[in-house]
Amino acid sequence: MIITKQKTAEKIEEITEPFGKLFIVGCGTCATSCQTGGEEEVAEMARRLGEKVVGTAMVEEPCDLRINRRDLRDHRDELSEADAILVLACGVGVQAVGDFTGGIVLPGLDTCFIGETERIGKFYDRCSACGDCILDETGGICPINRCAKSLLNGPCGGQVKGKCEVGEYKDDCAWVLIWERLKEQDRLDLFMKFRPPRDHSQKILLSEVVFK
Amino acid sequence: MVNKRPAHSNLVKELRSGRFVLTGELEPEKTTGLEEILASARAMKPYVVAANVTDNPLSMAFMNSLVPAYIVQREVGLETVYQMVSRDRNRIALVSDILAAAHLGIRNILALSGDHTVLGDNKGALPVYDLDSAQFVYLISKMVDEGVDLAGNEIHGDVDINIGIAANPNADPLEPEVLKIGRKVGLGVDFIQTQTMFDIDLVKEFLGEIERFNCPCLVGIFPLKSFGIADFFDKYIPGVSVPEDLLEEMRRCKEEPDKDKRQGRYDEVNIEFFEPFIKEVRKTTKAAGIHVMAVFYERIFEPLLRTMA
Repeated sequence: MIITKQKTAEKIEEITEPFGKLFIVGCGTCATSCQTGGEEEVAEMARRLGEKVVGTAMVEEPCDLRINRRDLRDHRDELSEADAILVLACGVGVQAVGDFTGGIVLPGLDTCFIGETERIGKFYDRCSACGDCILDETGGICPINRCAKSLLNGPCGGQVKGKCEVGEYKDDCAWVLIWERLKEQDRLDLFMKFRPPRDHSQKILLSEVVFK
Repeated sequence: MVNKRPAHSNLVKELRSGRFVLTGELEPEKTTGLEEILASARAMKPYVVAANVTDNPLSMAFMNSLVPAYIVQREVGLETVYQMVSRDRNRIALVSDILAAAHLGIRNILALSGDHTVLGDNKGALPVYDLDSAQFVYLISKMVDEGVDLAGNEIHGDVDINIGIAANPNADPLEPEVLKIGRKVGLGVDFIQTQTMFDIDLVKEFLGEIERFNCPCLVGIFPLKSFGIADFFDKYIPGVSVPEDLLEEMRRCKEEPDKDKRQGRYDEVNIEFFEPFIKEVRKTTKAAGIHVMAVFYERIFEPLLRTMA
């Protein structure tokens, strides 16, 4: 799931201030689960912004252009009346709403990461979408994402009792976790494997995926 | 595994000769001047084979270490170990700096990943880590042994450099650290220098564990110039803690109002601690030498060496 958090009330006030009329779009998927851009949050935002708001809509998946077309169909008049659209969705949702409407879009949320959910309100950063997954080699624990240095051949000298120097030794060292997991699985040969430098051009050039 | 690379540096020549060697440490700071570094290098020159020049330690933005690494060799005649971290530059900048270092006659590089940017004095910086320290060793090996960069592009001229790595015997758990050292040594490492050590048992355990890799290892020590430094070290250096007794001794020294007497007491405490420590290292381990991180505390070399004689 894409994990988001709401921008502060002050920041929302600042970015919406130049616009007289606003339309608010919520997200029926990830931002609903995060409780940052679901129906309740859209209603609360509309209440806070008061008379400026000319309409609101929930889009089931604002990251999907087709769903935008379907769910915003009945809001054309309000959208054309609005000076800007405040989107309570991840950065992809904001951009897709902008692409679909051609209007000025404002992000109401900050996109944090692709996360694992422990419970609503408690999420962990787990995937950096690097485009070259090696979880088969690392005991199902991602060093690109969970090591603060994204080391492929860790651990570094900054681990103390299995904790990472980044964040004052509160977070686990990903490479100690990987070592423990591979040891449990009797697969330490994978730990010893040298992983050469990555070809970052592959990710840089991976701006679209087309299944034929 | 036996490294077939020639000994390009005096440090590696000495290590391969089997002599017990000392290396020192120089730390460029946030300054445009080199006077202090040069004075420090001159003061330690009689005692050490080479001196490391640190590269933005703890992510502090200091003078580019290549410049003092070169100037110290030229002006003082003391060989340097050019420390390089991969935190601040991608593979293009690393290759670029290694070529420059080779041109300037640098013969040792200590390949590090580097303390994370969030520990530093510019916490908002973007950490690079295009290569980790193992991949960095792999890069330098390619340049030195094959005359190419990572993409296989040919290098004109020789890159006559020996490669060092750091190790942390304080690591807990130790096994992944040891396995990592083995992984790196297999990529072409000429010497290892450890993080600063206070616990002789950990030194023994670690050196015993890495003996099978057959790579010379210098044990790091950090003589404590003052209580303030000891306290800072204890609190802020990842993976290092100063023994409570030693810290307490240092605290007592601090109470001495007379500056000369206080310095004398600090020196005594250091000698009392490190003399038996070094003796034990020499007697019971296969350490190739001691890496003395007496940064701006060169006066300790003479009494320390006297105890080693």
